[in-house]
Parts: sequence; structure tokens; C-alpha cells
Amino acid sequence: MSANGTPVERHHILTVLVENKAGVLARVAGLFSRRGYNIFSLAVAPTVDDRFSRITVVVDVESAPLEQVVNQLDKLVNVVTISELAPAEAVERELLLATVAASPAARSEVIELVGVFGGEVLDVGADRLTVMLAGPPDKLDGFEGLLAAYEVVELQRTGRVALPKIGVRALTRPQLVAVDEPAAG
Amino acid sequence: MQLTGAQALIKSLEMEGVEVMFGLPGGAILPVYDPILSSSIRHVLVRHEQGAGHMAEGYALATGRPGVAMVTSGPGATNIVTPLSNAYMDSTPLVVISGQVPTAAIGTDAFQECDITGVTMGITKHNWLVKSAQDIPEVVASAFHLATTGRPGPVLVDVPKDVSFAQMEWYWPDHLDLAGYRLPGAPRRADVEAAVALMAAAERPVVYAGGGILKARAAEALRALADLTGFPVVTTLMARGAFPDSHPQCLGMPGMHGNFTAVTAMQRADLLVALGARFDDRVTGRVDAFAPGAKVVHVDVDAAELHKVRRADVAIAGDCKVVIDALLQAAAPALGGPDAAARIGPWWEELRRWQREVPLHYERHDGPPIKPQMVVETLRDLSPSDTIVASGVGQHQMWASQYWRFDHPYTWVNSGGAGTMGFAVPAAIGAKVGRPERTVWAIDGDGCFQMTAQELVTASAERIPVKVAILNNAYLGMVRQWQEMFYGERYSEVYLSPDLPDYVKWAEAMGAVGLRAESPEEVAPAIEKANAVEDRPVVIDFRTDAFEKVFPMVPAGASNDDIVVHPEHEERAGAERLAWERLAAEQRR
Ligand SMILES: Cc1ncc(C[n+]2csc(CCOP(=O)(O)OP(=O)(O)O)c2C)c(N)n1
Ligand SMILES: [Mg+2]
Repeated sequence: MSANGTPVERHHILTVLVENKAGVLARVAGLFSRRGYNIFSLAVAPTVDDRFSRITVVVDVESAPLEQVVNQLDKLVNVVTISELAPAEAVERELLLATVAASPAARSEVIELVGVFGGEVLDVGADRLTVMLAGPPDKLDGFEGLLAAYEVVELQRTGRVALPKIGVRALTRPQLVAVDEPAAG
Repeated sequence: MQLTGAQALIKSLEMEGVEVMFGLPGGAILPVYDPILSSSIRHVLVRHEQGAGHMAEGYALATGRPGVAMVTSGPGATNIVTPLSNAYMDSTPLVVISGQVPTAAIGTDAFQECDITGVTMGITKHNWLVKSAQDIPEVVASAFHLATTGRPGPVLVDVPKDVSFAQMEWYWPDHLDLAGYRLPGAPRRADVEAAVALMAAAERPVVYAGGGILKARAAEALRALADLTGFPVVTTLMARGAFPDSHPQCLGMPGMHGNFTAVTAMQRADLLVALGARFDDRVTGRVDAFAPGAKVVHVDVDAAELHKVRRADVAIAGDCKVVIDALLQAAAPALGGPDAAARIGPWWEELRRWQREVPLHYERHDGPPIKPQMVVETLRDLSPSDTIVASGVGQHQMWASQYWRFDHPYTWVNSGGAGTMGFAVPAAIGAKVGRPERTVWAIDGDGCFQMTAQELVTASAERIPVKVAILNNAYLGMVRQWQEMFYGERYSEVYLSPDLPDYVKWAEAMGAVGLRAESPEEVAPAIEKANAVEDRPVVIDFRTDAFEKVFPMVPAGASNDDIVVHPEHEERAGAERLAWERLAAEQRR
């Protein structure tokens, strides 16, 4: 199991390199809703090359065959490349922020918990504190579970970003142009 | 050279070789209408923007060139949403230019503002909101490139009024910045050989030809493939004309209202060679019961169609013409010849028997009312073979497809994927504009005609002499047929009336010739009179049998095995079914 109690094998991570143009996110999101594909999470950020942005999207492959999702995405004119990452072949990170109501007594427990997980306390008030944890999604799941023992006022997760593990080659579209051999004759 | 955005837009259309566009002006697009006065491009002023869109589609379907339409912002743009959706479903190259409120007003709910790029995102191949006049040539060139290449489709270019007024320095792009747009290359040799191997081994092959054949201009290549292999060919609703109906290997149309042989051939096939076809639900019937024993070779320029509905044994993403040519080259030694003919000989015997035993059928009789199928047959027999036929959506469309003899590509102009009532009249006008030397008949329903008939005013004003045959059954006939067959004859909101409106008077009011035929013997004379009219549109109101049903029919959601043929042939179809089951059982033993 991983984030939100969903079986890992249903997850597939696509990192989608898109042109940095107006409305691209709407096109990608619209495609998912139009075709009935479910998204677990979605993160968008510019890349080092400012002509492009990267969308990391975790799709539920039970809602549609991954191949269909990729092929349809590939048809969007602003989508440049799509890499498929199986969870085992990717390094993934996600960020969690939570504001917890804690009496002075409970506060030290929360701070200790954050310390154990390697998180950080970002903000402290009279009766609440805001903490942060970055890590693999399943680590965040564990942390979130333990935090539930306290009064969580607000909790926000970013959705994951991912890159292939070094040495693993992600399957990348376009493969349509990768003609290895001309036609017969 | 300094130009305004509006001038650059018209000049860009000229650079793309546009000879005609269809449209209607309004506030936001006004600046662009001014340079039209001094352009070589012909503008056809429509009476409703939906008409502009369907005319552009008809033009594209008849000529293979992209259709162009121009509309204003807000309601002008939303009026062309239906044609965009229609063109998207049928992969028709269509370029729509819409006006938009000035950039500074976007997002403020300004007068006639509509987020048309948002509205049309899911029904265009791509669309653009132009932010700077300097971008116009690049966007227009990209728009035409996308509309016409790969799997063709509609695109929309939204131009704010201030962008039309702004100055730009003219250029014409020699390279397009479309980093994410790729076209499939040549097929891989291994895939081509795998396809040929399946074809060489097949005993009951069927070539399943779709609209992609026409888009790829591959009708001749298909013909060569059929001639080489001797395989039977079915042509889908979108592919009528892609392979001549008069060719002995043509089985005609498969699908929900396909003929018994075409439908059953696909069901019993051991190999389907799908070329530019997409296993649409109207062809497959219940998917899990479709062609259960068939291996599949699937060729489509859109890789997303491969394995979408039906898993293919050999899937090739590629242009149909390129791939068929590759198949032909690789096939020559393995396919064709006496061995191949012997291998598929028994299959042909089977097919011929089905054609003989269960042909298309309707009851012919002499008195009124007129049988609609008889009108189509008479029209066909009294028209040149290269006549272009446009149709609406409903029973008349199915009869047109079933009973016309399509012997030339690009002679069938029809709304397939979307099933848009009202398509016929404007699409016929567009086709006639693109092919003025051809006879163009719209075979329309009374319901459909009432949706877009006003474009006959356009046709009269612009001297576009199209001909319209209304199969006037006084009903939304196709819906009536479903209510009769599947809703216990409970007719809900399907009656129209044979004489309200008076179609003859209406035609005359629109500057057309109006004729009427009420009994079978009046059919041919009326058509002959219409054929003699060359200087204006003509409409014939054929009073047809209101209770005629389209047969065969595969009920929605049913298996193609459960095809319902004309009641008079039900027994024979049943016998063929039994014979087949017996044979299959024997083979299993
Ligand atoms: C715009 C639109 N509205 C509704 C329908 C549903 N529909 C399909 S066929 C049909 C009846 C068409 O009537 P008519 O044009 O008289 O043709 P007929 O079936 O009688 O030949 C209707 C209402 C449709 N296809 N398109
Ligand atoms: Mg009718």
C-alpha cells in the first residue's frame, strides 16, 4: 500500500514534458477527465529549460490501460515527451505540511516525532505548530498516520515528483519516429 | 513590410492556398473582414455559422483540401461548435478563425465574450488564442499543418480584436515550432512481414476499410491490394467510395445497418485487415462478441487507435497509403496466385451464397406512398456515376449509403461519428463550391432539412446549384423506428407532418426550384426535371412511406450475430446461421 491506501501496482508515474505555453495544464487535465482516466496526484513545475515544464502525474491504471493514456497524451500538440516510470524504477519525493493543535505537553511529542522522521518544525504558536516532512510517499503515509493521534488542523501534500533511478532507462515517447529499419523493399 | 494583424491573417490564408471560405461577420472579427474586400479569396456569406462550418466540411470531404470558416466572437463562435465536433469525430481538416474581444477585455465577461478555446479544447486537434499580431503567420501555418497532416482534424484560431488592429512586420515561416507534434514514419519491416504472414495464412480474410483510406488518398493502393490478394473488402460508412461498390470483391457497408454479408463476413472472418478504421461501436456491435475468431492486422495513422477497442495481433502506426504500399511490396511473392485463390475459394463460395440468399431488400410496389429506397435507386440511376451525394442523419442516410452505388472516392459527404442532423444541405453546398463541375445531390430527411434549410438562401444568392431530395416521411424516422422496435410502438415526440412546412413553397421562397412527388410514377420525372435545373438550387419533396424501417439492423448493444434482416429474409438468414453453426461444430470435432 502507498499514499491514501492505494495498491502500488495501480500506480503509474508519468513524467510529461510539455511546452511552457498558456493553457497546457488545462489541456492535460481536460484530457484525463474527458477520457475518464483517474489521477492520484499531479505536480507541475518549470524545468531548467524555460521553454518547457514538467508535469508529474500518477495515474490509476485500472481506469484505463496505461498504453491508452500515454497514446492519448502523446497526441496533445504541446506534449513533447512522456516517460513512464514504474514505482520500483523511480526515485520519488513528496512534501507534506501539517498544522497540529498541541498543548504544551503534547507539543514536545510532536516535535520528537518530526525529529524521528527527519522533518522540520516551520512555525510555532501558542497552541499549535506547523511541521514539514519531505520524503518518499510511503514515509509520508506513515508520518501522516502517526500524526492522526493529535489534532491535525490542516494538512497538505504536494503530490509526488519523480525521476528515473540512475541506470534505469525510462520508456520514453516519442517512439513513433524511432524507426529502426525502413520498410520492406 | 508592415501589415495589420487582420491583413496578415488574410495574407496568411492566401499563402496557404485558400480559395474560398465560409463565414459571417460581427464586431470582434470586423477588422479581418475589411482586407477580404481586396483578397483573391472568395467569401461565401452564410445565414448561420453552423452552415459555414458544415460547408467547409463538405468542401474538405469533396476536395481533400482543408475547409476554412470565419466567425465572430461569442455566439458566432459557439454556433460553429457543432461543426467542429462533427469534424473532430470524422477527422475532417477544418480551419476555423474566430474573432475574440480585445485582449484587455478577456476575462471580464465583455460583450460577446466567450472562452471559445476552452469550449473547443476537447473537439479540436489543437487551438490557439493569438496574443500578438506578430504571431499570426506562424499560427496560421501551424493551424493548416496540423489540420491536414497525420490524422486530419479541425483546428481553431481565436484572434482578439486588438490583435487584428495591431501592426506587425510581415514574414512567412520557413519552419514551424511544433516540438510536441510528430508524425509516424515508415512501418517497421518486421511488422509488415508479420502482417503479410497473417494474410498469407488466412482462409477467411476480410479487408475492413475505413475513412482513413480516403484521408490518406489510398483508394488506388487499396484497389491494388484487393486485386493482388483477392480478399473481400467491406467499406464502412466513412469509407463509402474508397473501394468501388461495382468491384466484385466489394461487400459494401458493415455495421448497425450494414448488409447481411458484410456484417456476417466480419463475424466469421479468421483475419480482419483493418485499414484506417477504428472499430467504432456502430461497426462492432457488442465488442466482446465481435469477430470472435479473427486475428487482427490494424493500420492507423493515429497510434492511439491501435489496441483501443480491439487488441491487434499486428498493429502498425502509419499512413494508410505508405503502409499499403509497403504491404504490396512485401506481399507480392507470398500473396496472390492460384494457391492463394484456392485457399480462400471456399470462403468466397460462402460469401456469394450469403449475397444471393440475403441481399438488401425492400417491398417494391406501384401505388403511393413512395418507398424511400426506390427514390435513392432512381436518383442513382438517373445521375452521373461521379455525382457527389451528401446526406443528413437518420433513416434516409442509411438508405442512401445502402442503395447508392459509390464507385469513386470523395463522392460521399456524410456525418458519421457525430451523426449531426442538418449536415446535408450546407455540406452539399460546400461540396459544390469545391467541385462545381459535379452534380451534387443532398439526400435529406424532413427533420434534418428543417435544421439548416436556410442555407439554400446562401446557395441561391451565391449561385451554387445544389439539388436536395427530401425523403419526407413526416417523422423523425430513425427515432420512430427505435420506438416501434424497442419501446413497444410508443411514439413519443417523433411526428413532424408531411406538409407543415410546405417544402415546395419554402424552396421557392429561398430562390430555389421546388418540386413534389407523391407516387412512384412521379419519382423519375421529378428527378429529370431537377436534373435540368442548372442555375439555381432545386428541392424535391418526396412523400415517402412513414412506416418503412431500415433493415438490416443490429440492435444497439447486441452482438452482430443477432442481426435483424428484412422480415421476408429472416428465414433464409436463420438457415445460413444454422448452416454455419453446423459447419463450425464439425470443424471442432
Ligand atoms: C442534431 C441532432 N439531434 C438529434 C439527433 C437524433 N436523431 C437521429 S436520427 C433522427 C431523426 C432524423 O429525422 P429525419 O431527418 O426526418 O430523418 P429520417 O430518419 O426520418 O430519415 C434524430 C432526431 C441527431 N442525430 N442530431
Ligand atoms: Mg423523416
